[in-house]
Amino acid sequence: MAKDSASSMRTPLGRVKGHGSGHGGTGHFIGERVSSIALIILGPWFVITAALEMHDPSFVSALDFVNDPVNAVGIILLLAASLYHMCLGMQVIVEDYIHKPLGKTLLLAVNFLLCIALAAAAIYAVLHVNFSGD
Amino acid sequence: MPGAARPVQRPVSPHLSIWRWHITMAASILHRVTGVGLYLAAILMTVWLIAIASGPEAYAPINLLLTSWVGQVGLYLLVASLAYHFAQGVRHLVFDTARGLKPVDADASAWFAILFAIAAPIGLWAFLSFGR
Repeated sequence: MAKDSASSMRTPLGRVKGHGSGHGGTGHFIGERVSSIALIILGPWFVITAALEMHDPSFVSALDFVNDPVNAVGIILLLAASLYHMCLGMQVIVEDYIHKPLGKTLLLAVNFLLCIALAAAAIYAVLHVNFSGD
Repeated sequence: MPGAARPVQRPVSPHLSIWRWHITMAASILHRVTGVGLYLAAILMTVWLIAIASGPEAYAPINLLLTSWVGQVGLYLLVASLAYHFAQGVRHLVFDTARGLKPVDADASAWFAILFAIAAPIGLWAFLSFGR
């Protein structure tokens, strides 16, 4: 921070306001890409398996599909990767379009908490279907 | 300044009034739109799983929705959005390696992603209907 404005690209005003990199961008970038690579496998797997194994939209077909060890693990992995990926993606959208500090902070918190809540509810539902024993 | 001679013809910033749509721009916007669509789809998928865990009575409205024309159109759009976001995601992973960035290549891959998104749900439906 001791750099004077002659040797730094930052303007004096920018330095006073303290804007700049939050130093968290690399983790976000890598997380988005790694989850996208997982979803390259999990996304098509789910669409094709669901389409092949669920012959109609009835409750029994859906129950039979989810009540299966491989499908259950696949669905949990798909949701974990998807929710992580979409949490990162929606964070970028909020940061791009919402600039008022209060609104931005609230929406970022809602996005984060919603993704966690969806993950907990969906994974519990899959486990309940598989372990309720009837 | 009128009358002032420009020493060098430098590129000017794009003016919105003469800006034309190009396919890579549409591809980028669609990537974000389908991302938001898939966010909603993940919420609906969680509702679907909770309904399965809750029993046949809780599932009845979902059955009704899936068999209605709204549900059928929604499923088409869902598979199309997923196919698009998938193709576009692969495109961006290739971009990350500094390949495919020449305008002619980027245009071609953008068109491919859009055509793939239209074709994938039709292909899946055709496979399920006639392929087995």
